[in-house]
Amino acid sequence: MGAKSLLSHSFRIARKDLTELFRNRLGLVLLVLMPMFMMVMVGFIYPSNGSTISNLPVALVNEDVGYRNSTIASQTFTIVLQQINKKTGMMVFSNASNVGDIKSMVQRGDIDGGIVIPSNFSASIMTGHQGTLIIVTDESNPQISATIQGVLSAVFDQMGTMLAQQNVQLLNPAVNASNSLAIVKPYNVQTEGVVSGTPSYFDFIAPGIMAMTVMMSVMTGLPVAISQEKEIGTMDGMMVAPINRLSIILGKTLGQTARGLIQGVIILGLAIGLFGVTIHGSILLVFGLLLLGVFSFVGLGVVITSFAKDQETATMLMMTLMFPMMFLSGVFFPIQQMPWYMQDISKVLPLTYAAQALRKVMVLGAGIPAISNELIVLIVFGAVMIAIAVPVFRRMMTR
Amino acid sequence: METESIIAVKNLTKTFNDFVAVDDISFDVKKGEIFGLLGPNGAGKSTTLRVLSTLARPSKGTATIGGYDIVKNDTDVRKLIGIVSEKMIMYNRLTAIENLRFFGSLFNIPKDVLTKRIDELLELVQLTKWKNAQVGTFSTGMRQRINVIRALLNMPQVLFLDEPTLGLDPQSSVEIKEFIKKLNRENKTTIIITTHMMVDADLLCDRIGIMDHGKIVALDTSTNLKKLISGADTTVMELEIGNLSPDIIEGIRSRECVDAVTQENSMHLRVIVHGDEAFDSVIDIVRAKNGKINSMENLQPTLEDVFLHITGHEVRDSADQKIPMAMGRRHFGAPQGRIR
Repeated sequence: MGAKSLLSHSFRIARKDLTELFRNRLGLVLLVLMPMFMMVMVGFIYPSNGSTISNLPVALVNEDVGYRNSTIASQTFTIVLQQINKKTGMMVFSNASNVGDIKSMVQRGDIDGGIVIPSNFSASIMTGHQGTLIIVTDESNPQISATIQGVLSAVFDQMGTMLAQQNVQLLNPAVNASNSLAIVKPYNVQTEGVVSGTPSYFDFIAPGIMAMTVMMSVMTGLPVAISQEKEIGTMDGMMVAPINRLSIILGKTLGQTARGLIQGVIILGLAIGLFGVTIHGSILLVFGLLLLGVFSFVGLGVVITSFAKDQETATMLMMTLMFPMMFLSGVFFPIQQMPWYMQDISKVLPLTYAAQALRKVMVLGAGIPAISNELIVLIVFGAVMIAIAVPVFRRMMTR
Repeated sequence: METESIIAVKNLTKTFNDFVAVDDISFDVKKGEIFGLLGPNGAGKSTTLRVLSTLARPSKGTATIGGYDIVKNDTDVRKLIGIVSEKMIMYNRLTAIENLRFFGSLFNIPKDVLTKRIDELLELVQLTKWKNAQVGTFSTGMRQRINVIRALLNMPQVLFLDEPTLGLDPQSSVEIKEFIKKLNRENKTTIIITTHMMVDADLLCDRIGIMDHGKIVALDTSTNLKKLISGADTTVMELEIGNLSPDIIEGIRSRECVDAVTQENSMHLRVIVHGDEAFDSVIDIVRAKNGKINSMENLQPTLEDVFLHITGHEVRDSADQKIPMAMGRRHFGAPQGRIR
């Protein structure tokens, strides 16, 4: 009787909450839109592979005075540069007369950077010295300037390799094209991941957002759902019924978990359908992890509920906890990029482990043994929080 | 009506921090009676009801309902009672029948029994044709009717009603009162009702407890309470004075035999007096102030007069004090805010 009616009452409360949720059209639309916005925003703002960059306006200045009346070196350089650019379409060249001109164009925002061929360029090359090239960058935009530096360095490197190959072949005609490349560049690097294919930023971010949404839904939904019923008075209707007080909290949790899982599924669907994310691990394990994440957050939600007198306080308390959690749990940025003290904070947040485990399963196809550490942390955290929450909640209800 | 009591309250006290909402009250409610708690807002009526219906814990004292202690045997108490609180206990987005089914299911009533009972109750308050409409679309009167039958799902022996006619139009108010009487008559349900409407209490209740500042200051049948005034040598009279002025009112009030004076409109005064010489004394002072008495009537005392007589202030006066109370939410909001 005890456990059975506890569960049946919880189930009825959860069903009542969900019926209310589905009757609230606007709320339902927002429920679907929120994860969509999150995915689309985050997904499109961050560059996936750097491949999206094209048509950067760049100025080219040739100050080369030549060597023995010949500017052959700089002319060749310009031609090859333009040929390479024609294939990639990365830059759009405009002309400038000198370095100062480039700088004022950058200041006006006409161009994102410039390339300067100095006056002694041909002279250096023809006399057996290194030819120096100057890249002018826009320091107000570190990301674009880093990109331009990277792109140009790659182009110059490629051009330098071609030139070196030609020189080797000139010195020894017996050497063929591929041999000359091996002489100039003895090492070639290939990257291979744990799973096939090239993961995008979405693959990194989708598991984190899923974990975050489901858990936030419980953490925010629980206090709000309970304090709202307290405010409008309907809680009395449940409190005056001869039911176990625990079934109220259990029922509310069940309802909020279902709500969170609906959002989780929407995110998963979007990630797979719209952003081409592939799940390498077991989908059952993915949902199991989401549920475990919910379990680890329930206690925290109940504690907030006990402290918040009304809905407003509950929302504010939750926001205060949510923001550090969002940014410190490695959902958006890898934890390894943070300074050590921030890393230490992120190590005590359960969301970190939930996101990490989910990422391992979804992106790397890991099984339970590979995520056992994360599982233990989540279970222990959840159990400890619930052990704290139950007495706190009981006290609140009987005050 | 000498029957056994179903509710026994002993030295019940409820404090919120240092504010005493209910101050050491004791009373019994007999099986099958309609018991009224009458008093201004903030007198502690609702808090008393919340403590008795297990929604709040007493700070001191005890109470039993049907022999069960409201703290130790709260689950048993909950099976016996139903509560209609001041706030609607209904989910606006659920239909009438969904709401009733949900609350009914919390009482472990078998499904077929519950379905039948819901139909009967809806029929009883003439809401059958609205049963599949969302409660949010109901009028205030309809909402209060469904709110009342929600409390009847478990067929309670004791029904608590907290200001059940508050905010209702006269017609709905009469309907609810008729329904309460019918319920008491036919089902022998014991009913405890709080109200600040003297007329309602007079019409409905077998016995009335008058509450003021957390204490029960008088408890008896309406007739006996009124005897407090008319029984002794106290009389209520109404004076119509053509040229009524503040000077005349002050004059009357200053007389030793006058207990209270209430001005009803530009010409009418309601005066509570005591003693054999009272009439003469009042007439003398009005004449001395050149007042012109058009008529003079000896009135039946009302509960309002009783309240005035006992507490020395009007119900309305105290009700106005609610405004500063509401601002000091920490202390005074608590009796309304509850749960915690």
